[in-house]
Amino acid sequence: MNTENIIKTLIVKKPLKLDCGKTINEFPIAYETYGSLNEKKDNAILVFHALTGDQFVTGQNPITKKDGWWSYAVGPDKAIDTKKYFIICANVMGGCMGSFGPSHEDPNTGTAFGANFPVITINDMVNAQYNLLDHFGIDKLFSIAGGSMGGMQVLQFISNFPDKAKTVIPIACTSSHSAQNIAFNELGRQAIAADSNWKGGDYSSKDTIPNKGLAVARMAAHITYLSKKGLQEKFGRKLQEREDLKFGFDADFQIESYLRYQGSVFVDRFDANSYLYITRAMDYFDLAKQYKGNLSDAFRATRAKFFIISFTSDWLYPTQENKDIVIALNSIGADVGFVEIESDKGHDSFLLDVPDFLSALKNFLDKSYTEN
Amino acid sequence: MKNEFQVIAELIEKDKKVLDVGCGDGILMEFLKNNKNTNIRGLEISKSKVQECIAKGLTVIEGNAEKDLKQFPDKSFEYVVLSQTLQAFLNPELVINELLRVGKKAIVTIPNFGYWRVRLHLLIKGTMPITKTLPDEWYNTPNIHMCSIKDFFYFAKSRKIKIFKSLALSNQNVSIINDSNLTIKNFFADLGIFLIEK
Repeated sequence: MNTENIIKTLIVKKPLKLDCGKTINEFPIAYETYGSLNEKKDNAILVFHALTGDQFVTGQNPITKKDGWWSYAVGPDKAIDTKKYFIICANVMGGCMGSFGPSHEDPNTGTAFGANFPVITINDMVNAQYNLLDHFGIDKLFSIAGGSMGGMQVLQFISNFPDKAKTVIPIACTSSHSAQNIAFNELGRQAIAADSNWKGGDYSSKDTIPNKGLAVARMAAHITYLSKKGLQEKFGRKLQEREDLKFGFDADFQIESYLRYQGSVFVDRFDANSYLYITRAMDYFDLAKQYKGNLSDAFRATRAKFFIISFTSDWLYPTQENKDIVIALNSIGADVGFVEIESDKGHDSFLLDVPDFLSALKNFLDKSYTEN
Repeated sequence: MKNEFQVIAELIEKDKKVLDVGCGDGILMEFLKNNKNTNIRGLEISKSKVQECIAKGLTVIEGNAEKDLKQFPDKSFEYVVLSQTLQAFLNPELVINELLRVGKKAIVTIPNFGYWRVRLHLLIKGTMPITKTLPDEWYNTPNIHMCSIKDFFYFAKSRKIKIFKSLALSNQNVSIINDSNLTIKNFFADLGIFLIEK
């Protein structure tokens, strides 16, 4: 497949100093846009994707042929209305959909970077994506929005560039990765490293792929995106195409079969090293630490209007962690709204058809835009 | 907009920063924003009411006054409004203290349990009073700490809370309450509105 024509890429000429100390030059940022930028250039929304997302927010993803990851929220007349707004989304640095990542060729060796790719951070990701504003000649974004790791990028972006967005929408996220978050990510990374095909990260030159490890990583992570109630209602103890237990280790239960399927389709579209690097970036994320332990200081310079959204059944980034951001903002008198949406769909709620969430998102954006 | 909100709005000057605690569907907030150029924020416990406020373009935080006021810094609002919810808190005194900490001034309204219809209901019927302002039965009312205008007066005095203005609302009539007419107003007013400071 010739992906060159499908993936739009900005080659960033300006050197970027990464948190790890290395400086990178002439690196690619792959992006996609939806809707059109108006003459005043005041209708742009920068959307940030989560761990396994990419720049293809809505419509059919031209690479995977599946629906874009935020198809419920983004589109004509939807919450983030493509008739009204110009939506930009970039593949994060470290990703595997065209942006600078571990599968890129290392000019020094002529083979993929693999584990020689620099360890990147959420801060590096947003600094790289900031170049898209210059590229489109946008002085100030109307909004920045994202869920999960996308929400972390939203928080980092507004703290790095306090006057570059009018409205700020972090969804189902945290300002600091918790021990539990790190633990689940480590589980995923260890599953990949335990796959003999991983080869210390150098699998592409050895023509192998650590599919099994990556699939297990995805299976474990997938459980954390759902809720106990949601799983129980959808699967319970239902058996998979069989009348009774088989007294073996095949997928007797539907939940097993479902997870195996989720793992198997994931490896077709995602790179194992990208998974390692991006989860590491999430684990390193601690916005308060960047401001000597005072999260409020991250937002002191901005006059943007915040709207924070969490979900009742999200146990990966629970309401309290989202509320901590609200508290930090209120303690400096920032303009912040907050709602916890009732949903039994777990952390994944922000990606799904959850009407209360979608209407809150739409109302906030549209009302804020009219007041512009 | 109900008469009570008109009276509250008249107590607030233009261009002030105001927090509406228990803002409901945001009617008062919207009025203050549009007519007084108020920089207005809301705190509301009901998810559906928060959604209604968002649909009106209002900045509202879902939360509970007893737990969530503490995140606001001292004197960060010029006025904090609490309309007819004081009696529903487990610890009204704590809430009053928080209102007076967060706001330079607070506007508190209470359904008056000293109102003659309330007294008459209990006297004649011998059952818990139900009126227009207190429509619920004893078993499903959110109101667990009812008080009268007189009670609130005495409370403020004992806590050294300064009452700048106290108004009695009965039907459409607004009148000033003072020490000399307190007993009468406590009998005839359906609602008490207090502008306080500490």
